[in-house]
Amino acid sequence: MKSKKSDELLIDHNDDGVDRRGFLKCMAWAGTGALCVMQGGVLKSFSLSRLGELDPSAAKGELHFVQISDSHMGFNKPANTDVGGTLKAAVDKIRALPKAPEFLLHTGDISHLSKPEEFDAVDQILKDTGKEVFFVPGEHDVLNDDGAQFRDRYGKGSQGAGWRSFDKNGVHFIGLVNVMNLKAGGLGTLGAEQLEWLEKDLQSRGKSTPIVVFAHIPLWSVYPEWGWGTEDSAQALAYLKKFGSVTVLNGHIHQTMQKVEGNVTFHTAASTAFPQPQPGKADSPGPMKVPAEQLRRVLGVTDVNYVQGQHALAVVDSSLA
Amino acid sequence: MRRSVSIAGLAAALVLGIELWGTGQKGSVTSAQGRMSTMEVKIDNFSFAPATLTVPVGTTVTWTNRDDIPHTVVSTDDPKAFKSKVLDTDEKFSFTFSKPGTFPYFCSVHPKMTGKVIVQ
Repeated sequence: MKSKKSDELLIDHNDDGVDRRGFLKCMAWAGTGALCVMQGGVLKSFSLSRLGELDPSAAKGELHFVQISDSHMGFNKPANTDVGGTLKAAVDKIRALPKAPEFLLHTGDISHLSKPEEFDAVDQILKDTGKEVFFVPGEHDVLNDDGAQFRDRYGKGSQGAGWRSFDKNGVHFIGLVNVMNLKAGGLGTLGAEQLEWLEKDLQSRGKSTPIVVFAHIPLWSVYPEWGWGTEDSAQALAYLKKFGSVTVLNGHIHQTMQKVEGNVTFHTAASTAFPQPQPGKADSPGPMKVPAEQLRRVLGVTDVNYVQGQHALAVVDSSLA
Repeated sequence: MRRSVSIAGLAAALVLGIELWGTGQKGSVTSAQGRMSTMEVKIDNFSFAPATLTVPVGTTVTWTNRDDIPHTVVSTDDPKAFKSKVLDTDEKFSFTFSKPGTFPYFCSVHPKMTGKVIVQ
């Protein structure tokens, strides 16, 4: 991989092994069926078709979990009239992992129209993983009722609009909600109450505690023109500055992207339902229609592997193909 | 006892509601005798078209969602002048503007989508 890395690195501002060209290259691969591994702050990329060549130690660690996102149960238009089928394919992929994950994170847009039967269908399919699932809402999950149904179903142990934190194997997880009370012309919003809670939640944690933040809308400015960012994420990131290892997992944009900024690795997951265009590459962020035989290559699951003593988490995207 | 009182209250509210609704209907019948018009706003590609619509007082504006993705039509005024439920593909929302003024609105699901109705 060493020679490959030197091929990808032009300018390395953060001394983290990733430059813009390498990042974009990784992004393009991921969208068409590749995986990226962040390990020790260095970007490692593998083609999905070469998964068998992956050093098994790269998939070993103290903690192993999976992120899925944007199931959009209830969506039934091109390019995917069977979002239940593709979610099931994601579950099959999870069940086939060489090492079973300890739990799942779902980063929102569980449903398409916040209908009870849509949530029911997702719950039924995810049951087959046999794993606990932690959810944060997407904007499609809080339609018409300000998220009351979401909190009723998935909010146990959460606060406010559904934000929460918990610890697993020495890693501190924080689920944030940035899809409520959106203002005209604006982006995702965390709000003062949640930011205050976050500051308090982090106060007692040691700097060496690895932090994983998960939320629906990206906490970095992916493409504000399409609303792909969060108004007050800078404040949240300021509270996270003191920590040596921070990984931010988001959904919403239905494609995989990564960015490293100092100690923070940002990562967005693919949708299990339908792809969306690359930023600015279409008139709008509406569903991208792809030929049926290509659909599963642009949908996916994210497999996260925490290796104690390493700087960052290893994040591996797998397509559903 | 408490339950019967609240049921009575609910019934009263319903009757009142029906009466108000009846009055509203009468009002719109009257304006129909004058010059009542309807205007369309299309929701397409994550935008309202036209984004700015100028109409005379009494106009009913109907928004139609032509996208594959659900949207809403929500007034940005406080209190809100109007608020649709979520509109799936091809669903419509109508509101009759009975007072002059500028009425900005947005999609509460995709807040980058904004528009306004100017009533003269």
